Amino acid sequence: MLKIVNTEWKLFLREPSAVVFAVLFPTILLLVLGAIPALRTPDPTFGNLRFIDAYVSTLVVIALAFLGLNKLPATVATYREKGVLRRFSTTPVHPARLLIAQVVVNLLAGVISIVLLMLVGRLVFDIDLPHHPLGFLATCLLGMLSLSALGLLVAAWAPNARSAGGWSTVAFMLVMFFGGAYLPRFLMPEFLIRVGEYLPPGVGALQESWLGIAPDPVQLAVLALITLAAGTVAAKSFRWE
Amino acid sequence: MAIIEVVDLVKRYDQKVAVDGVSFAVDEGEIFGILGPNGAGKTTTVECVEGLRSPDGGTIRVDGLDPQRDRARLRTRLGVQLQQSELPDRIRVGEALDLYASFYRDPADWRELLARLGLADRAKTEYRKLSGGQKQRVSIALALIGKPKVAVLDELTTGLDPQARRDTWSLVEQIRDAGVTVVLVTHFMEEAERLCDRIALIDAGRLVAVDSPAGLVSRVDGEQRVRFRPTTPFDVVLLEELPEVSQVEKHGPQLVVTGTGNLLHAVTSVLARNQIVAADLRVEQADLDDAFIRLTGRALTE
Ligand SMILES: Nc1ncnc2c1ncn2[C@@H]1O[C@H](COP(=O)(O)OP(=O)(O)O)[C@@H](O)[C@H]1O
Ligand SMILES: [Mg+2]
Repeated sequence: MLKIVNTEWKLFLREPSAVVFAVLFPTILLLVLGAIPALRTPDPTFGNLRFIDAYVSTLVVIALAFLGLNKLPATVATYREKGVLRRFSTTPVHPARLLIAQVVVNLLAGVISIVLLMLVGRLVFDIDLPHHPLGFLATCLLGMLSLSALGLLVAAWAPNARSAGGWSTVAFMLVMFFGGAYLPRFLMPEFLIRVGEYLPPGVGALQESWLGIAPDPVQLAVLALITLAAGTVAAKSFRWE
Repeated sequence: MAIIEVVDLVKRYDQKVAVDGVSFAVDEGEIFGILGPNGAGKTTTVECVEGLRSPDGGTIRVDGLDPQRDRARLRTRLGVQLQQSELPDRIRVGEALDLYASFYRDPADWRELLARLGLADRAKTEYRKLSGGQKQRVSIALALIGKPKVAVLDELTTGLDPQARRDTWSLVEQIRDAGVTVVLVTHFMEEAERLCDRIALIDAGRLVAVDSPAGLVSRVDGEQRVRFRPTTPFDVVLLEELPEVSQVEKHGPQLVVTGTGNLLHAVTSVLARNQIVAADLRVEQADLDDAFIRLTGRALTE
């Protein structure tokens, strides 16, 4: 299993677009936004926080959403289409291991992306590290897993790699929207903010644990539930060819 | 000794019957061909043997194992090259072999295997940069990495240029010489005739015949074809009247005369008597294509 993960990790690193978008892009966006003076000036309407303080959790959403909803279904659907999964079924190793390896690779990439974001945020813009590290870690993990489960569901149901790409783009856009990537969350109507809190990867819980308090256990439980439900359905309905 | 036994295999896709009561036995150490036109059910048949599809009827034994019930043990004894299966674009050849070797308890030495397949200098090359023939050889390497007793190779040379095809053929012979039983699925008559010890002819899901290439051809033995281009038009009834001639066909400017006995002599005498010159005259012996036409009533290759 380690060897599969190792190989898939190497393949991930050789895909320049994936590395740039998942690992570097959130940090680059932070640097760009942070270069705008207005966005790094404390705002009283905002509890004297700066825009970038609140926006880092959205940057985490971007990284996780890309990995779980873009990279994962695209890779899995391509592997199915090219017969990589079928070739696995002719060996003593079940092709499910290849899917698990994908999720592990995504977790690894997510961790690196977020650590980089935290470091640059701290060193360049003096953004605090998450105040509630344990809650933050738990949310990140559940967020990543719930998105991966949804990504696998897309891969399971899409007839081919192209439609997998289409469906996952829609899901990706939705998650990005509710995660505040297009419209900062504080500008959203109350209702949309609430929806975003329960939608993977739990932008509300990310923000709370970063800015100070423990994440709402109900939100975490919803994430866990989504992971379980989507994961089970994906596993049950997955086509290997 | 039979290492693969298939008895009355039936496989349906929804309503469509893809394999309809096929039976054959493969002996240890031979190259066994499964030959038939596209859509005949060859791939479906071997996928049932590989345990990738569950049959709707019949029994299969591979080295004494039931491919459905003993999947795990079957996987260690059977090497498979699927008709359509690629690797991730950016994986290096050596990485792929090293990875697949790790799936088996007692794998072959993959460096040696690569060398044997003429890929020693490609170990660090990414899969997407390989030529078609090299990709096929990687596929063969992956089928052999677990030191199987039986290797199933499906449409090994489809899409390869003639040189790469011939190179691949000699590899298949090497595999057999190393003691591995080979099941070779193909729709190329020439490939089956050249490589196989015995051939199962399959058409429209049914088994037509199992025999050696020579045995199959001998079923239409004595049959010959004379092909030529008459320089002046004439009435083909002159030829059809001959007792040696069974059929006269027009292919554009060419005439193809099929028959038995001393066909050539009979035909040329008639032509000489009528002062017709036959240009591009050729005589052809019956081959597997003819055997297939005789046995099924249609051509193997269109
Ligand atoms: N997965 C499938 N679903 C439905 N029909 C199939 C499937 N695979 C093959 N067939 C049909 O079954 C028949 C036999 O196919 P196949 O075994 O691939 O033939 P061959 O390998 O001899 O070309 C064909 O008519 C083909 O269209
Ligand atoms: Mg086929």
